[in-house]
Amino acid sequence: MARVRTGVRAMGAVLAAVLGASLMGCSSTGGKRAEERAAQAAEGRSAVNTPRWTFAMVTHSGDGDTFWDIVQSGAEQAAVKDNIDFLYSHHDEAQQQAQLVQAAIDKKVDGLIVTLAKPDAMKAVVAKATKAGIPVITVNSGSAESKEFGALTHIGQDESIAGEAVGDELDKRGRKKALCILHEQGNVGHEQRCDGAKKSFDGTLQNLYVDGTNMPDVQASIEAKLQSDKSIDAVVTLGAPFADAAVKAKATAGSDAEVDTFDLNAKVATALKAGTLGFAVDQQPYLQGYEAVDLLWLHRYNRNVLGGGLPVLTGPQIITADDASELAEYTKRGTR
Amino acid sequence: MTATGQPAAPAPAPGRPDERLLRTSPLRGLLGRPELGSVVGAVAVFLFFAVVADSFLQASSFGTVLYAASTIGIMAAPVALLMIGGEFDLSAGVLVTSSALISSMFSYQMTANVWVGVFVSLLVTLAFGAFNGFMLTRTKLPSFIITLGTFLMLTGLNLGFTKLISGTVSTKSIDDMEGFESARKVFASQLSIGGMELKVTILWWFVLVAIATWILLRTRFGNWIFAVGGEADAARAVGVPVIRTKIGLYLGVAFAAWVSGQHLLFSYDVVQSGEGVGNELTYIIAAVIGGCLITGGYGSAIGSAVGAFIFGMTSKGIVYAEWNPDWFKFFLGAMLLLATLLNAWVRKRAEATK
Repeated sequence: MARVRTGVRAMGAVLAAVLGASLMGCSSTGGKRAEERAAQAAEGRSAVNTPRWTFAMVTHSGDGDTFWDIVQSGAEQAAVKDNIDFLYSHHDEAQQQAQLVQAAIDKKVDGLIVTLAKPDAMKAVVAKATKAGIPVITVNSGSAESKEFGALTHIGQDESIAGEAVGDELDKRGRKKALCILHEQGNVGHEQRCDGAKKSFDGTLQNLYVDGTNMPDVQASIEAKLQSDKSIDAVVTLGAPFADAAVKAKATAGSDAEVDTFDLNAKVATALKAGTLGFAVDQQPYLQGYEAVDLLWLHRYNRNVLGGGLPVLTGPQIITADDASELAEYTKRGTR
Repeated sequence: MTATGQPAAPAPAPGRPDERLLRTSPLRGLLGRPELGSVVGAVAVFLFFAVVADSFLQASSFGTVLYAASTIGIMAAPVALLMIGGEFDLSAGVLVTSSALISSMFSYQMTANVWVGVFVSLLVTLAFGAFNGFMLTRTKLPSFIITLGTFLMLTGLNLGFTKLISGTVSTKSIDDMEGFESARKVFASQLSIGGMELKVTILWWFVLVAIATWILLRTRFGNWIFAVGGEADAARAVGVPVIRTKIGLYLGVAFAAWVSGQHLLFSYDVVQSGEGVGNELTYIIAAVIGGCLITGGYGSAIGSAVGAFIFGMTSKGIVYAEWNPDWFKFFLGAMLLLATLLNAWVRKRAEATK
């Protein structure tokens, strides 16, 4: 019993310490209070009086992915507006993702949004959905397979085109030797981006694979590469969080390379404004979620389809210092 | 090295003195050290990359390799101690992320001085370590199961809490808050020594390894670690406080996770909640390369540092050597396997000459 009592006492001491610590030592800058001061009251009422339909979205996102978080928030806001009951699930393994789609079909949802990052694994289950009369919209990846699988529309960015836009932009900036940082080995979309950039870029472009779940390792790997090849004058990361690591790596390696990135977040917007990043390629994830829900609603309500059988592109949009200040506030609230 | 957990020596034959009292030559003593194999491995890896990669020998490259090694090594030292004590911690990788998330979110939500968040994080992180140790000694379940449970729970908590509190899966930036600059100096600053950019994590790493080595070889607690890892029941029978020792070891891991977590936070000032998964294996691998037995009772803290150094050299050496990146993981695995085999071979040779 004595041990239990000391345990309780220790827990009490920890609690007291936590509470005490929170009462003293406030920061007069930043933090939640600053956010609250700047917060705007958001409304959560639907704008239509159609029946409450249920739409499900199943993506190939891994846990805690910033990009998919924005897609989700776009979808959720459209769902509120359209009086939709919105269900979201995700798994980064194809088989599990297919099972989640099956679960949505079992639930007899009124509309389905899926990503086709691993199209072969999703083919059968998407066919099942269309056979059950559930309209399907594909988002983000799978522009080539979407129509063939029977989806209404595909909303996303063509990764090769996005890559080519990067190559062109690098040319415009007079870059000669670029590095493409892939943070997920084996991701087809990532390869397509780097290949696209390689295609349109007049200089040379090399791939570098890093371990995306270990940020210090990402930084050290880029550092190592920049040290071993001083002639590299551009580093392109494929995700917003990695741009910051690349900037740090560049400073340590004493390199003059320009850091550019795919995707946008609050830090990228700030860095663009400050000039530490050259440009960012945005595929507007918010749009992918928002439009998918909205188009499903339009289809249910009005039998509308968009794209005319061709994918509806949400990117690439090249963002530079000029646009960054305007976008910064939207990145902070997690919608850009 | 009084109790290395090797089987007890048979009763000395008459006319032959007790082998434990035998004086050994310094060379023999060196050969018996658990980290010897890994040191040979490290030298081999170093020479290999010095030959195949031109830029590997630059001073600046060395700083990078040391940084990569230090982020692993800070965790590998207490993980090695834990393994010598006969236990695993699969939650160590994610705990690092938890620790960073806690201090970032606490400071932000309370609009508190960043240092307040840092200390709250220390308390909570240590509480997780204590939870591991307490559950382990209370339930008598294998540490593999207990810490696997903690690993999964922490992964979920990291994501769930961050989303719940921040609204997104990464934390808000705290770099404009009071105390940030001084905390960054402590956890993520950079020193320039002779053209080499050295991260402060390298200093943390050396200090932690030194403390771990001192505890292991010069204190009573160190003897207890070897004893509980070798044979817990026998250790208990001779009066070693097994429960306290094991909880202490988990607290050590938690403390290092706190240091690594704060480094993560203050070098990037935004933390991604999904990070850290898989790193626990890296720490264990570093400890194993460094001569820790998976079964416990044998190993050293310096070995874990050498293991982390091999890891850092290999992962960055591949980049310096400009090998085809498609084969990156294969090269990494092959190098690690070779280093470990060499390590085992040297140890066997060393023991055979005893």
